[in-house]
Amino acid sequence: MPTPFIETLLLTARLATFTTLILLVVGLPMSYFIAYSRFQFKPLLEAMVSMPLVLPPSVIGYYILVAYSPNYWFGRFLNEVFDVRLAFSFEGILLASVVFSLPFMVQPLTNGLRSIPISLREASYTLGKSKTTTFFKVLLPNIKPSLITAVALTFAHCIGEFGIILMVGGNMPGETRVASIAIYDEVQALNFDAANQYALTLFLISFVMLTLIYTVNKKSDTWKMM
Amino acid sequence: MENDVIEIDVQKELVSAHGRMTLTIKVKLLGGELVVLFGESGAGKTTLLRMISGLTNPDRGILKVGNSVWFDSDAGINKPPQERNIGFVFQDYALFPNMSVFNNVAYGQTQGDKCYVNELLQKFGLEELSARKPDKLSGGQRQRVALARALARKPDFLLLDEPLSALDGDIRTSLQNEILKAHGINNATTLLVSHDLTEVFRLAHKVLQIKNGTITGMGKPDQLFLNNQISGKVQITGSIVKIQKQDAFYLLTVVTGMNQILKVTAFQNDIEKLSEGDRVMVFSKAFSPLILKM
Repeated sequence: MPTPFIETLLLTARLATFTTLILLVVGLPMSYFIAYSRFQFKPLLEAMVSMPLVLPPSVIGYYILVAYSPNYWFGRFLNEVFDVRLAFSFEGILLASVVFSLPFMVQPLTNGLRSIPISLREASYTLGKSKTTTFFKVLLPNIKPSLITAVALTFAHCIGEFGIILMVGGNMPGETRVASIAIYDEVQALNFDAANQYALTLFLISFVMLTLIYTVNKKSDTWKMM
Repeated sequence: MENDVIEIDVQKELVSAHGRMTLTIKVKLLGGELVVLFGESGAGKTTLLRMISGLTNPDRGILKVGNSVWFDSDAGINKPPQERNIGFVFQDYALFPNMSVFNNVAYGQTQGDKCYVNELLQKFGLEELSARKPDKLSGGQRQRVALARALARKPDFLLLDEPLSALDGDIRTSLQNEILKAHGINNATTLLVSHDLTEVFRLAHKVLQIKNGTITGMGKPDQLFLNNQISGKVQITGSIVKIQKQDAFYLLTVVTGMNQILKVTAFQNDIEKLSEGDRVMVFSKAFSPLILKM
């Protein structure tokens, strides 16, 4: 039986890892679309994706909580069809953190894709390669720094998220109590040593991740046109 | 492919630096020819190449290569670039930075055929560089890689968009030979965009002169450029960079296409029509030029 400290950290890591993986799958096609399509209402989509950057977490948390409620269609649909209730569950905070971390994945990827000269894509097409092949063989390998930035930022941001998790998930040990919540909880209970233990751990993880991002980006900060 | 006729009859509205214009191109090319598209920038040369390759869609018209229809606006046919058997060399070469020279060339193949890749690398003198990434290559080497890559698919149609414009002097001359080589490899019909007369004379079987979106002349380089011009002994074209007034005349500085600086005198009545930046022809009528090997 792991200690509560380890349990909380494992839960935090699990949340961040799953969020990042889901966002990779969702974020790559979305970034491709935002970077290259000429869809008329694209600014609307871009604004939606970026909303979590400017809104207080409590606003998004509130709407997500409302959406999870069986009184509204999304929550009712999940409840009736899958017998799932997302509020105050791990799956619930996972979905919430996917929504909330979306811009951290999509923005670096979109910028990376936009920085690639159009002629690289076109060259690939004239060499008989499909859009999918072009994406995986030409585009993705050439935005490696953006990809690393996106993954690291999403992961780090996910570990640091507090407000939205508290709104949607509450503070249930082993289910929704992630490290940032635990700090708040320990401080409320005047356990400053425990709070410090969590805080220092988060501080170090974030510091290492950001250092990693800047190291990678420094190595390849100049995009050379071929 | 050799004897196939390529039928181009396309139109497209363009917004260029000089305002709106309609690109109207109607021409038949013979398979296996090396045709140079000649004209000022903004005349629509690159757009024509892009329409042939399928990267840009014409507004209406027909594009037929042999019996295969690539574009037909009335029948609603528009093959994507992937299904047109072409090789395209971009102005910036567009080599894939993540791949080695070998992989850049191999990427262009439909089926992996290492022997053919090696053969192409050898023909363009790139074997030594085969493991290098494009950012470790010189401009001339990149151009050779781009040519080899464009040929990897054994294209029927080789399209070259000002492939030499980023290079200068001697490299330019030696790479003109590479282009001739590329054209010779499987005798693909080759369309080359250029605004350099030296290139036209060295390379072209046929020249298509394009101005403001329409074809204004077509034929062998000699026919097109040597007949209808002033019967001068020496003709040099260039741009006026400076006009200075001397006592009774003006001194013009003209920079030629080959970056040569000429001083030319002109009188009041000549100067009225001229201003800095104008393209002019400098010619001599009375003297026979002397020639000296360099």
